[in-house]
Amino acid sequence: MLSYFIKRLGLAAAIVSVAMFLLFCMIYLIPGDPASVALGPRATEEMRAALREKMGLNQPVLVQFWNFYIGAWTGDLGDEVLSGRPVTTVVLEQLPYTLALIVGGITWSVALGIPLGCWAAVSRGSWADRVVGILSVAVIAVPSFVIAIYALLIFAVELRWLPAIGAGEPGNLGDQLTHLILPSLAVGLGWVGYIARMVRASMLEVLEASHIRTARAFGLPDRTITYRYALSIAILPTVTLLGVGIGQMLSSAVFAEIVFARPGVGKLVYDAILTRNFPIVTGTVLITTVLFVLLNLLADLIIGALDPRVRSSF
Amino acid sequence: MAELWRPIRKILREPLGALGLFLVLFVIFGAVFADLLTSWDPTKINPRDRFQGPSTQHLMGTDQLGRDLFARVLHGGRIALFVALVSTAVSLVIGIVLGLIAGYGPRWLDNLMILLFDAMKSFPTVMLALALVTLMGPSLTAVMVVVVLVTVPGYARIIRTQTIALKTSEYVTAAQSMGASSARILRVHILPNVIGPLVILASMDIPVVIGIEAGMSFLGLGVRPPTPSWGSILNDGFTNIRDTAWIAIAGGVPIIITTLGFTFLGETLRDVFDPRLKGR
Repeated sequence: MLSYFIKRLGLAAAIVSVAMFLLFCMIYLIPGDPASVALGPRATEEMRAALREKMGLNQPVLVQFWNFYIGAWTGDLGDEVLSGRPVTTVVLEQLPYTLALIVGGITWSVALGIPLGCWAAVSRGSWADRVVGILSVAVIAVPSFVIAIYALLIFAVELRWLPAIGAGEPGNLGDQLTHLILPSLAVGLGWVGYIARMVRASMLEVLEASHIRTARAFGLPDRTITYRYALSIAILPTVTLLGVGIGQMLSSAVFAEIVFARPGVGKLVYDAILTRNFPIVTGTVLITTVLFVLLNLLADLIIGALDPRVRSSF
Repeated sequence: MAELWRPIRKILREPLGALGLFLVLFVIFGAVFADLLTSWDPTKINPRDRFQGPSTQHLMGTDQLGRDLFARVLHGGRIALFVALVSTAVSLVIGIVLGLIAGYGPRWLDNLMILLFDAMKSFPTVMLALALVTLMGPSLTAVMVVVVLVTVPGYARIIRTQTIALKTSEYVTAAQSMGASSARILRVHILPNVIGPLVILASMDIPVVIGIEAGMSFLGLGVRPPTPSWGSILNDGFTNIRDTAWIAIAGGVPIIITTLGFTFLGETLRDVFDPRLKGR
């Protein structure tokens, strides 16, 4: 277990390093330098030169990359252009809002997806199975921002059941949760489809297994067999799926934050683009990437702990 | 002709495939014959007629500047399909080349490229798009660069896995022993055998690509106004959502129809031609 853990951790560190390198290349190779981007078209040449000096853009490429790389590992992502506050602090302030949204999205997708997948697997071939199948494909296909806008239109603007704007009053948990319902639905709805399909497929496989047949032969009730014995195994692939899914949910969260005017990293980057606050943009990209790699790592480790076959094949 | 007809008949036998094909053809028809289907100019501003609901004159109503929404939706379809076709084609070519190199080349190059693909896949799509657009400025080119960066790793990995499986097969060894060059082996013996599953996967990615274009245009990072895109129409609808729902409906429904159509068609294509890909 320990050697699997170390190997997997090393791979994650390598992926993050390469991602940093790619991000740096992108910044360096694309025409237009961050200093001009930050100052806008009306800046004088002296202003640009001064900011370039301050941001360290006059140093040789390799030195720049080294500073960027070492800074990133030690949590120093530079300072914001306007207020001069450290980028890491600014991003980490907004991150909890986005994480709440993603946790909300996972809650929706697990709470709806697992029962639907089980139901479809147990009633295989029936109309219920077909309807769940088509609905799963449909919610996967439709982009999350379309779902966000229509959720806003129907439940907040037309029916007025739920609030449309903001994250709720700080300290008032009930209010914050009501504000979370619609945005997290928009983030999680597509994943209801993925999870339902995944659970259905692995349930069908597990229901054929010999220990389930034995349980049947012992005369255990169907309900116990399905939910206690089969589901506990069939649920494993879902953990990996969620690890991957969190990256996509991060993307959906950006839209949900903008549509519902919630604070969060998505809103932060979007506003940073409008004010050309470039360090915030790169900083957020890096932090969210690291987050994604870490959560994937976590998913793999959970699977590795639960399923010895995965450990040995690595 | 019969060769072409048989797969289509197979698709039509599945109800979902038939529906998908119908929706896709419906959208393509609207985009291709946009100029014949409406006489309105999609960018013509007419403030006196703003915020109108659907009528015989304006089939889908008008937006906040009095522009005809039906014309904007049809012309927006052109943008969506153009981006989907061009960027998917570019991704396929790059993905095939990289995948063949990784699969057929030396082991260290393979490992390096896999690491690169994994790193590229670990950027959240929208974050990557936002960072690129800050540097490049909003444009259709930026949208296509994002699509290529997001889809290439997946294609390259598929080609790589298949190439590795074929690399040691007997007919490839035979070709090698007869002195065929690596380039010839890849082109003549490996490529034709690995390309099938990739085309099906790419067809299933088209809704994702359309979603990326619409999403970026929604955020104002894609097409520049006044050019219509479904995403930018949806943004107009979002901005004016308290005045009228018709703009949001005009922008969102085409996205739903198109993504559903391509997904149903892609799923049927996969089930009919390559059931092995199920679950990928």
